[in-house]
Amino acid sequence: MKENNLLKISIAAAIASTFTFSATTFAAVDIVKIDGSSTVYPISEAVAEEFQKATGIKVTVGLSGTGGGFKKFCRGETVISDASRPIKAKEAKMCEEAGISFIEIPVAFDALTVVVNKGNDWAKELTPAELKKMWEPAAQGKIMSWNQIRPGFPDQPLKLFGPGADSGTFDYFTEAIIEKSKAIRGDFTASEDDNVLVQGVSGDKGAIGYFGLAYFVENKDKLDAVAVQNGAGKFVLPSVETTMDGSYNPLARPLFIYLNATKAAFDPNVKKFVEFYLKNAGKMAKEVGYIPFSNEEYAAITEHYRTLKTGTAFEKPAIGLSVKQMLELSAANK
Amino acid sequence: MVKNKKQPAVIKDLESIRAMIRRHKRNDLIFAAVGMFVIASLTITLLVLFLDLILDGYPRFTLDFFTNYPSRKPEIAGILSAWVGSSLVLLVTFFVAVPLGIAAGVYLEEYAKKNWTSDIIEINVSNLAGVPSIIYGLLALGLFVYAFGLGQSILSAGLTLALLMLPIVIVSTREAIRAIPIHIREAAYAVGATKWQVVYDHVIQYSYGGILTGVIIGMARAIGETAPIITIGALTFIAFLPPTPVTVDPPFLNFEWLSSGFTVLPIQMFNWISRPQHAFHINAAATGAIIIILTALMNGAAIKLRYNIRKKIKW
Repeated sequence: MKENNLLKISIAAAIASTFTFSATTFAAVDIVKIDGSSTVYPISEAVAEEFQKATGIKVTVGLSGTGGGFKKFCRGETVISDASRPIKAKEAKMCEEAGISFIEIPVAFDALTVVVNKGNDWAKELTPAELKKMWEPAAQGKIMSWNQIRPGFPDQPLKLFGPGADSGTFDYFTEAIIEKSKAIRGDFTASEDDNVLVQGVSGDKGAIGYFGLAYFVENKDKLDAVAVQNGAGKFVLPSVETTMDGSYNPLARPLFIYLNATKAAFDPNVKKFVEFYLKNAGKMAKEVGYIPFSNEEYAAITEHYRTLKTGTAFEKPAIGLSVKQMLELSAANK
Repeated sequence: MVKNKKQPAVIKDLESIRAMIRRHKRNDLIFAAVGMFVIASLTITLLVLFLDLILDGYPRFTLDFFTNYPSRKPEIAGILSAWVGSSLVLLVTFFVAVPLGIAAGVYLEEYAKKNWTSDIIEINVSNLAGVPSIIYGLLALGLFVYAFGLGQSILSAGLTLALLMLPIVIVSTREAIRAIPIHIREAAYAVGATKWQVVYDHVIQYSYGGILTGVIIGMARAIGETAPIITIGALTFIAFLPPTPVTVDPPFLNFEWLSSGFTVLPIQMFNWISRPQHAFHINAAATGAIIIILTALMNGAAIKLRYNIRKKIKW
């Protein structure tokens, strides 16, 4: 009976507390809050882990996707937003209306890798035009076999695997290859989990798919990468080296973090964190499977960040910009 | 005379009756076999999945796995923040859903007048039990996170899962109450007990077993929920624990943890399974196995408790 009473009291306390607390205690702890892209997540997680060890300042990282991340960022719920694509005009406007200005910081490259089945002995090299032919909306229901892509390819059914429409990877691929954002044929197998795409492509001889380099590196025994023709007409395989020297294009894409400019200017913890991020981004990016910028480029980005120059370099959508070009464009805004 | 005349017919019928009995026995057998097959295939599927998770994840069943924070290095990454988060969220869920659910069940069964309002409530409760959990997540995002301003906190998550669990508790409470023989009530009223005395001293006491089962099955469902928790904005990387609920100084209870950010086991698993490195997939398998073990333990506890309580009750 005594125990029963205790239980009752604690239940009452719990219920009472749920109604009285909300206003007073939220915002008590100073935590650097990050949210956004699942692609950028591993880098932010790695930096957060090391930063917290080094300074004891708390950091949390969420995984709402690039779009979801920006929504929270523009509501002022997070200080930093991970993004696997540049901010869109609509999102930038949402931030502006909420009175939040942002600093755009590129942190690393990801090389979108086009992969085929191990049994595919014909498509070692493809041009962007051929990729477009496979993936564009007009191909739906029409381009169904490899021999329609290039004369000489076998009559093997073409099976397409790609990330779903919510992903920044998808946005970038359509912009780079189809030259129109989000335009793609509807009859392909989509999954938000790249490991599912790996399974799909490795299980079908006529399959082709694309995703970030890290997923290819971990599954080299199951898949082959395709060399894609770059702007200079050369066929280049994706790798850390070819991405760093700029020869792997147009499928090398930059990853970003967006920083709340007010917080960056006034909050000492946020300042410390961003400095730490930029100092370690290269090392961490490499460790989790992305491609770092050069040291000079990180130095230039740090300079850019310290000037607290807000806005994006991507007011007009652009593909294949170097870090230097991104910073110049961003600095030239307004 | 009449009897004699009919006898041959009965004897003739006997054959057909025996044939009918044989046929029915065969049907019985077929049904039992089909039933066995269905149960066996379900159990075997679960066992195979579970074994697969264990075989993949067993290298990570170490103490470190439970005491380490998540990390970019799969071999030192652990589920400390996830299991603490899961426990605290479930604690909130328990303290909200159980009293509310039992009270609602008792009210509907014992007090509510049987009219169209209670019919509507009844239909709604049964329907709510089948609503996809993501819907609860969206409701909670609008209501708890923004309208009430509770933020992306343990409290919001606990309340969300409590909503999810409420219908289960209500339905099982009502069923447990209905199982109590009417003469118990009548006996109590006969010696002059008030309605509340009957409800509190008899109805609730005797239906504990059934209520408890519902509560634990509801909790077991809640522990594996991912969608609504992601919707309200659970974190993924969090390398610190919320403030402890129990303190050494008076008043001994601390409620700051309610407002803390958090992650839970299924989200940690989801994050690891989508990483490129195979070593993370091992971590995910280990986490999955742990979730299944926890669910099985909870269900086991429900069965054991129900058995013990039923044994104690003598009508």
